[in-house]
Amino acid sequence: MSQKKPNYNLIGKSPRKVDGLSKCTGVTKFADDLELPRMLFCKIHRSHVAHARIVSIDTSAAEKIPGVKAVLTGKSLPISFGILPVSQDEHALCLDKVRFVGDPVAAVAAIDEDIAFDAINAIKVEYEPLDPVFEPEEALKNEVPPIHDYGDDGNVHKRVSMEFGDVEKSLADSDEVFEDIFFYEGNTHLAMEQHSSLAWMDPDSRITIWSSTQTPHYLHRAAAKVLEMPPSRVRIVACPNGGGFGGKSDPFNHEIVVAKLAKMTNRPVKVTLTREEVFYCHRGRHPVLMRSKMGVKKDGTIQGLHFETLLDGGSYGSYGVASTYYTGALQTVTYKVPTYRFDGVRAFTNKAPCGPKRGHGTPQPRFGMEVQLDKVAAKYGLNPATLRLSMMQPKDSITANWLRIGSMGLSRCIEKVVEGSDFNNRHGKLPRGSGVGIACSSYICGAGLPIYWNNLPHSGVQLKCDRGGGVAVFCGETDIGQGSDTVLATCVAEVLGVDLYDIRIVAGDTDLTPVDLGSYSSRVTLMMGNAAIQAAERARELLAKAVGEKLEVPGSRLGFAENRIFDVENTETGVTFAEGVVLAESKFGTIGTVGSYTPPPSPGRFRGHGVGPSPAYSYSAAVVEVSVDEETGMITVDKVWIGHDIGQSINETLVIGQVEGSVYMGLGEALMEEMTYRGNRFGVHKIPSLLDYKSPTTKEMPEVVTYLIEEPDENGPFGAKEVGQGPLLPIMPAVANAVYDALGVRVDEVPITPAKVLKALSNKDLRHGPTRFPDLKITEQDRMRVKTQEEGGDGRSDKPFDRKKKKEAVKP
Amino acid sequence: MMRLPAFAYHAPNSAREVVEILAGEGPSASIVAGGTDLFPNMKRRHQTPKTLVSLQDVDELRGVSWQSDGSLRIGPGEILRALERDADIGNRLPALVAAVRSISTPVLRNMGTIGGNLCLDTRCNYYNQNYEWRRAINFCLKCDGDTCWVAPGSKVCWAVNSSDTAPVMMALGAKLRLISPRGTREVDAQDFFQNDGIDYLAKKPDELLTDIEIPDQGKSRSVYLKLRRRDAFDFPVLGVAARIELDGEVVKNADIVINAVSPAPTRANASEKALIGKKMSDDVLAEAALLAYKPSKPLDNTDFEYAWRKKMVKVYVRRALEHIRSSFLI
Repeated sequence: MSQKKPNYNLIGKSPRKVDGLSKCTGVTKFADDLELPRMLFCKIHRSHVAHARIVSIDTSAAEKIPGVKAVLTGKSLPISFGILPVSQDEHALCLDKVRFVGDPVAAVAAIDEDIAFDAINAIKVEYEPLDPVFEPEEALKNEVPPIHDYGDDGNVHKRVSMEFGDVEKSLADSDEVFEDIFFYEGNTHLAMEQHSSLAWMDPDSRITIWSSTQTPHYLHRAAAKVLEMPPSRVRIVACPNGGGFGGKSDPFNHEIVVAKLAKMTNRPVKVTLTREEVFYCHRGRHPVLMRSKMGVKKDGTIQGLHFETLLDGGSYGSYGVASTYYTGALQTVTYKVPTYRFDGVRAFTNKAPCGPKRGHGTPQPRFGMEVQLDKVAAKYGLNPATLRLSMMQPKDSITANWLRIGSMGLSRCIEKVVEGSDFNNRHGKLPRGSGVGIACSSYICGAGLPIYWNNLPHSGVQLKCDRGGGVAVFCGETDIGQGSDTVLATCVAEVLGVDLYDIRIVAGDTDLTPVDLGSYSSRVTLMMGNAAIQAAERARELLAKAVGEKLEVPGSRLGFAENRIFDVENTETGVTFAEGVVLAESKFGTIGTVGSYTPPPSPGRFRGHGVGPSPAYSYSAAVVEVSVDEETGMITVDKVWIGHDIGQSINETLVIGQVEGSVYMGLGEALMEEMTYRGNRFGVHKIPSLLDYKSPTTKEMPEVVTYLIEEPDENGPFGAKEVGQGPLLPIMPAVANAVYDALGVRVDEVPITPAKVLKALSNKDLRHGPTRFPDLKITEQDRMRVKTQEEGGDGRSDKPFDRKKKKEAVKP
Repeated sequence: MMRLPAFAYHAPNSAREVVEILAGEGPSASIVAGGTDLFPNMKRRHQTPKTLVSLQDVDELRGVSWQSDGSLRIGPGEILRALERDADIGNRLPALVAAVRSISTPVLRNMGTIGGNLCLDTRCNYYNQNYEWRRAINFCLKCDGDTCWVAPGSKVCWAVNSSDTAPVMMALGAKLRLISPRGTREVDAQDFFQNDGIDYLAKKPDELLTDIEIPDQGKSRSVYLKLRRRDAFDFPVLGVAARIELDGEVVKNADIVINAVSPAPTRANASEKALIGKKMSDDVLAEAALLAYKPSKPLDNTDFEYAWRKKMVKVYVRRALEHIRSSFLI
C-alpha cells in the first residue's frame, strides 16, 4: 500500500476485550442471569395449528391453578407492531388468527416455571381451521385465504421491480446469456443464548425491560406503542447478548408480554424461551428461489444482469420488505455490471417468520451470482479468479443502481487468497474428488437509512472525564459478542491516549445512553466509532486548551498517550491525563462531550433507494478446498483461505474472530443447515432442536487462513470498515465451486448435501438444482426504470417518488 | 428451558434391591443409569416415569473382567468413557471401542453407560420432540397418539434403534443376563432387540440387565462403521457391525448387523450366506453389500434423506468388509 498509515497506539493491535475477563469467568450477567425479588416466571401458550381463526380462548382453568398470578391474552394488547413501519403486522399475542405452529396465543405469570408450564397447558383454545400455505410458489397463486389483510396482493407481501439501464438490449448485445435457477434454503441464527427478558414496573409507574436484544431503540419504540405508555416511562436495557446474528433485532412479542404481565401483577416477570421457541421466533435466512440471466462477452465480462428472486417470508413481515430489496441490492458492487434489472417477490407462508440473518438477504443472490460466474469461466476456459479480477467495480465510483463505492480492496483480497492457496496451479488440476473453488462478495458498513424515516443521527456517544483520570463513555450500542464495547473503548482510548481499561462503557440503555440504532447491518463500528471519535476529539480539545495554557505550549503541539498529555517536541514536559482533566475542569467546568454520526446521503432518488447505500463497502474473497467422497457424496472442507478488506482493523484479533466465525457459519449454511417444515404434517418445524438442526461442530471446522487487507476508507473511523457479516458471503458459493472442481457436478442449491451430490452425479447434465421459476406477475405498473449514471441519469426513476407522502405514511 | 416433571427417586445399593423396587412400583417406574437419554426425554414429556430407580450406587453392576475362557464380562453400569479408555478392550475388541467412542460426546460418555446404550429408547423425529410440538401433530403411535406419522397406514411403530453398541454386541455374539423376581435368565444379544419401535426390547419392565458377556473372538476380525452428519453428537443414521472368521483364505463365519434403519438391529442373513465358503474378493464383497442393501428399508424419520441412507447401506457394508479384509493382512 502506498499511503502511510498514522502511528497508532491501539488501533490495529489486539489488546484483550474490555469485557473479556468477565465473560471468561462467568461474571457477565446475561438476561436470564437476572433475578429480582418476588420475580414471577412467564410461559407462553403457542398455537399448535398452522393457520386458523381463533374462536375462543378459555383461560379459566389456568387462572385457578394455585401460584398463577396472571393470565394474558391478545385482547389486552390490541395494538400491532413490527420492526418496519410498513409491516406493523404482529401482535404480542394473537388477536383473531394464528399464522404458524408456534404463534403466541396466551401467556401466564406464575410463581415458578413448573406452575407456569402447567398453566399454559390448561389453556384451551378453539380454532376454526383455515387452509394453510407452505410454499411461496403456492402462495403466489392466491388460492387460499390470505395470511394477512395487507400486502401487494393476496399472499404477496411485497413485489419489487427496478431496472437500471436497458438490460434487454445489453443481454441482446451479449455474446451469450447464461440463465440459471438457484435455490437457497432457509436457515437460522442459532445463537447459543436463548432469548430472555425481564420486566419490572417501579412504584412510580416506570417500566424497565432487560432483554437480550440487538436493538434496544427499536424495542423502546415498539414497547411504548403497544403498552400505550409514554416512551419516557419505558426503559430498555439491552443485556450483553450471547450471540445475535440478526435473531434478536426485531421487537419481540415475549418482550412486550412480560412488560404487560409486570404491569398487571406489580411484580417482576421473566421469560426465557426454550430452544424450540427460539426456532419459532426465527427471523432468519429467507429461503430464496432465484433466476439469474447474465449477459457476458466471450472474455467473460458481464454486460447486463437480470436477477429475479422469490422469497419465502414465513408468517410475518419482520424486516422482509428490506430483505426483498437486499436480494437485489448488492450484485453491482463487486464487478462492473453496466445494466441491471431486479425483480423480487416476498410471499407469506404459514411458517416461522423470516427476517435478517448475518448477510441479510444478500448471501442467497451472492451464491447464485458467484456460482454462475464460475459456470461462465468454466465454459470459456477462463481462470475464475482472473475473470473476476478483470471486471472489478472501480473505487470511488457509482454503480448502475446508484450505490456510491468508496474504498475497494477486492482485487487485493483475490490476489492474497489465490497466492495463499496456490489456486492457479491447483484449480482444475487436483485429482478427482479434490477441488478448490473461489468466490467473492461485498457488504455494507451500516445501512444508509434508519428503519423508520427520520433525519436524526444513527449513533450518539456521550463522554465524561473524571478527575481521577477515568473516562465514562455512554452509547446505545449493544455488545452481542462481536466486541462493540471494546471497539468503543478503543476509539476513545486512542484519541485520548488513556489506558483502555480505564474506560467505563455504559451501553444499550435507553434511559442512560444516547441512541445508537443497534447491532445490525454491520453498522456499529463505523457509525458508533465515528461518533466516539467526535466526542473524544471534543474532549481532547478542551484538555489540550487547558493543559497547553498550563505548559505554555500551543494545544496543537500536545500529544496524548500512555495516560499523559505532553509536548511532542519535548516529551518530558507534560502532565498526567488525570491532571489534565483537573486543569480542564477548573477552566471549563464539568468535562462532558458528545459526538454523533449520520451517514452521507445516497445518490439514488428512486423508491427503494434506501436499501443498499452505505457509507462504505467491505470486500471479501475466499478459496475453499474440499474433498468429496464420490460414493457417498459427503463433503469434507479441508481448508479455507479468506481475504477481507477491513479498511483498518480496530482490534485485529476481534476482526479475525469475526472472519473465522463467518467462515464457520457459512460452512454450516453451505453444507447442512436447513429450516425445514413438514407441510404434509400440519406444518410443524421438522427439527426444532440443537441436536437435530445440524450445524457444524469444532470437528467439522477446517483450518482457516485469514488475510486482512487494510485500505482505509475515508468514511470509516480510522478508516475501518465492517467485518461482522461480509466474510460469510463468499463461503457458500466457494464450496459449491470447489465441489464442481472436485467432481465436475453443479449443485445449484444450498445446503449441498451428500444426497444432492449423488443426484447431480447421476443426472445427465451433472447438475442438481431447481429447474423452474414461477411467473412473478410483474406488471408494467410495478416496473420502475432508472437511467444509470453512464446513461446520464440523475438517480431519479420514471415513476415519481414522493418522499413527503412516504414520510407521512411512516410517521415515527 | 424445559424442566423435569416431578418424580420419586430411589438409589439402592444392590441389584436385588433394584429389582424389588421395580416389582413394587410396577410399570410406572423406570431404571435410570447415566440419564443422558432419559432426562431429555422426560423434559420433553415423552417418557414420564413416576419413579426412577438409579443404578448410581449399585457397584456390582460395574466393572470389566476377562474370564479364563477368553470372554469378557462387562457390568452394564460401566460408563462408556471407561470402556473406551481400556487398552485391553481396545486391542481385543476394536469394533466395540469404535462403537463406544462414536457415541455422542466425551462429556456425555462420562455419564452414559454401556447398559444404557444397549437399552436406548428408539428414536424418531416425530417422537423426539417436546409436548407442544407433538400436540401439533396430534401425537404419534409411540406416545400419546394413534398414528405412526412415518408410515400413516402402519399398525406398528417405526422408531429407529439408534444404539451404536447394539449391532456390535449382536455381531460379536454377546450374551446378556437379566434378573427379575422370577429369577435369572440369559438372552443372546441377537434376541434382546425386537423389531417394534414401541416394544423394542425383550427385557421386561421389571427386569434388570446385570451382565454383558462377550465370548472369546478367536481369530475373527470385526469392525463398526457409523454414518452420521457430524463427527460428534449425532446418533447413527446407519450403523454397520461386521465380524469375519477365515479358514485359510475362505470365510468360515460371517456376522453382519445393520442398525439405525429399523426398530431393531438387523442381521444381514443373505449377505452372511453369500460370504461363507468364499474368498473375500471384490466381487464377493460387492455381492454381499448388495444383498444387505436390498431388504433394508430406512424411512423418513431421522436425519438425511432416507433414499440416500438406503444407498449407503451398500457402500458401508462393502467398506466394512473391505476394512476387515485389510485387517487380516496386518
